[in-house]
Amino acid sequence: MTEPIKRPPRKNPVLRTRLPVLPPWQRSRIALGLTAGAAEGRFELQVCAKCGTTQYPPREACVRCLGTQLAWRRQPGTGELIASTLLRHSHDVFFRERLPWRLGMVRLDVGPTVVVHLHGDVGSVPARVRVGARLDKAGTAVLVGFPEKDVANMADDRQLREMTCDPKFRKALVTDGRTAVGQAIARGLVEAGADIVWVGQAEPWKRAAGLDALVALPQVTLLPLDLTDERSVNELAAEIGGKVDILINNAEHHRAHGIASRTGTDVAQAEIEINYLGLLRLAQAFGPAMRARGADGQSSAVAWVNLLSVFALSNFPTHGTFSASKAAAHSLSQCLRAEMRAAGVRVINLFPGPIDDEWNQTLPPPKLAPAALARAVVDALRDGVEDVYPGDVAQEWRERWLDSPKVLERELALGSGA
Amino acid sequence: MRAGYEGIAVAVPVTVPYRRHSIRGAHWWLARALDALLETAALRKDDIDGVAVSSFLLVPDTAVGLMQHLGLSPRWLDHIPMGGASGMVALRRAARAVQSGDAGIVACLAGDTNHVDSFRHTLGSFSQFARDAVYPYGSGGPNASFAFLTDHYMRTHGARREDFGKLCVAQRRNAQSFPHALLRKPLSLTDYLEARPIAEPLRLFDCVMPCAGAEAFLVLTEERARDLGLPHARILGTIERHNAYPEDPIQVRGGWALDRDELYAQAGVGPADVDFLQAYDDYPVITLMQIEDLGFCAKGEGPEFIRRHEFGTDGDFPLNTSGGQLSVGQAGAAGGYLGLIEALRQLTGQALGAAVPDARIGLVSGFGMINYDRGLCSGAAVLASAQP
Repeated sequence: MTEPIKRPPRKNPVLRTRLPVLPPWQRSRIALGLTAGAAEGRFELQVCAKCGTTQYPPREACVRCLGTQLAWRRQPGTGELIASTLLRHSHDVFFRERLPWRLGMVRLDVGPTVVVHLHGDVGSVPARVRVGARLDKAGTAVLVGFPEKDVANMADDRQLREMTCDPKFRKALVTDGRTAVGQAIARGLVEAGADIVWVGQAEPWKRAAGLDALVALPQVTLLPLDLTDERSVNELAAEIGGKVDILINNAEHHRAHGIASRTGTDVAQAEIEINYLGLLRLAQAFGPAMRARGADGQSSAVAWVNLLSVFALSNFPTHGTFSASKAAAHSLSQCLRAEMRAAGVRVINLFPGPIDDEWNQTLPPPKLAPAALARAVVDALRDGVEDVYPGDVAQEWRERWLDSPKVLERELALGSGA
Repeated sequence: MRAGYEGIAVAVPVTVPYRRHSIRGAHWWLARALDALLETAALRKDDIDGVAVSSFLLVPDTAVGLMQHLGLSPRWLDHIPMGGASGMVALRRAARAVQSGDAGIVACLAGDTNHVDSFRHTLGSFSQFARDAVYPYGSGGPNASFAFLTDHYMRTHGARREDFGKLCVAQRRNAQSFPHALLRKPLSLTDYLEARPIAEPLRLFDCVMPCAGAEAFLVLTEERARDLGLPHARILGTIERHNAYPEDPIQVRGGWALDRDELYAQAGVGPADVDFLQAYDDYPVITLMQIEDLGFCAKGEGPEFIRRHEFGTDGDFPLNTSGGQLSVGQAGAAGGYLGLIEALRQLTGQALGAAVPDARIGLVSGFGMINYDRGLCSGAAVLASAQP
């Protein structure tokens, strides 16, 4: 059984902070298919459409029949550990700093033999294992061999924790505590074992409902933060930026307007100010310190979470300017992801459908409950995924969008998309 | 029945003395090897009309670029990127070229340099599968791959660390009289067993040491060899195989098992007729597999075979008589030539170290290219002394 991790001692500010390095991230284009699945929490392998062979490592053609119609299909991952080793030496700086490192070879029940990072709770050879795909510190998919059945403290495995963003014993910032979503996320992080949860509030003179109960939690501290104000963002970064391990940007401005329903640009500007420029201000203020702390021990900086919207994928005309601001934020988040990657800090995007709040009042159910969104955030951190489409509506939009973006555009224009 | 290699000679075993590290490029080592061939055989560059080249660090060049680099204009050229099987493959290709008249004298060259950081770079760009599916798992390189194979073999067939240790200790003893061996410090079984762990169950002396160096030989007609006064060996039989037994979940055998009957049938000899074995030995488990797969004992009986035999030049089963790569060092692709060159020396009375008494027939074996989870190339050749 994995030894549960302990709360790290207070950091000695005089000692040098270990700089982040990454495991080898280069892959062939075809192999990045594994990453595409892992980014959303799926373990997929290539399956030949012609003969049904499942193969690994990824190839340009079917190893059996030479077919080139190879689809990435979800895998159960069950198999048998047939050999293992404990690396005591590595040519790579990342692994050298983390030795010893346990590896295994697993014969999957579907056929191929795979090399895996081996979880500490997997017994010695021969043993039944479940193989899953995870994003490693470089944001690239790797395979991990897990014990067949869950055991206590599995997430605390030293190797696995290098691939996940578990909130346990970490310090998090939630950028807007005035909303039900923000409060649910803060609560979720506390329940997941976060040490400190800083919660931002703009206009602190207006005490939002529910805040008093939230700050009663010993882990939660309320701090002034206005994403429309560069000085406010910078001041908070100066105060806590060097300690934030997980940043959750849930602040958003949302009005239900298209183009024709209003004159002027004030609403669209307010949405851009928070949803897009707010993210940019935060990234410039908090990004550098988080990047510097990407390998800062057991509780390093690990994740940046953006609350986007499934409307970022395709415009929902009755919420047209909001959709546009979220599309802008989505694009910027990809830039942020590329920049944070070098430090091993994961950028996680959430693409919910309509949240059950006042700005979606007129939309029919199902709508995503704030508590469900908070669960999705914590799960994403624990699993170390990159893109999350929480709830049935988001899942369906995602599926329609993957099926045909143009058809979805027409469906949304006719108001039948949500 | 395949055509034999009648009338073909293998001659002029050349080793460019190895170094742990070198600031020279691979081209430098190959140039030195060619120069040594010419000087030993008293030939001019123009006399060489066929060339076979193996080298990892020649990149971005291939054998083609090397020809302009060294000012050669051969009418037959082969680039053989098959790592530890390169020697066997070059031998086969060159023999057929000379036999058919496509080339008169083929210089077979293998060499690599070793800068302090070049091994790490080679690992990361070794193959697409290695880059996609092995290197990101700890960057252990072949150490990790052979750790898996060794772990699996030990569990399956009851091999002990002491069995592998006996091979390593015997090879180190053989290396003590071989002038080109980089590792000649005596190795005891205790040293072996208690060495620094690298990738369990492998420890330091299970792992080949990368270095710089080059090996080379000539292939020509026996007639030409006699005219030039070159001691030479004959080729009795050869095999090569790539990606054998892909259905095996983990490597337990190499292509030799598939092709050995063919090899011995062509050679007209059997395992019992062989005076020595030069096996590919970057890790001892693969030596064990060659002993089994080449028919010296059944699969799984390797450990018992090791316990029953002695592997020195004076032993009952002379093995890797120059010390093998585990003692000489692995000069990249030249590792695939090492055993062949040693066999040639033993069979032509030119041994640089201890000689195998009355060596008439030698078996050489090659193994190369851990592309993903196993070595893909295998080859072997039976050579015979040309002395009556």
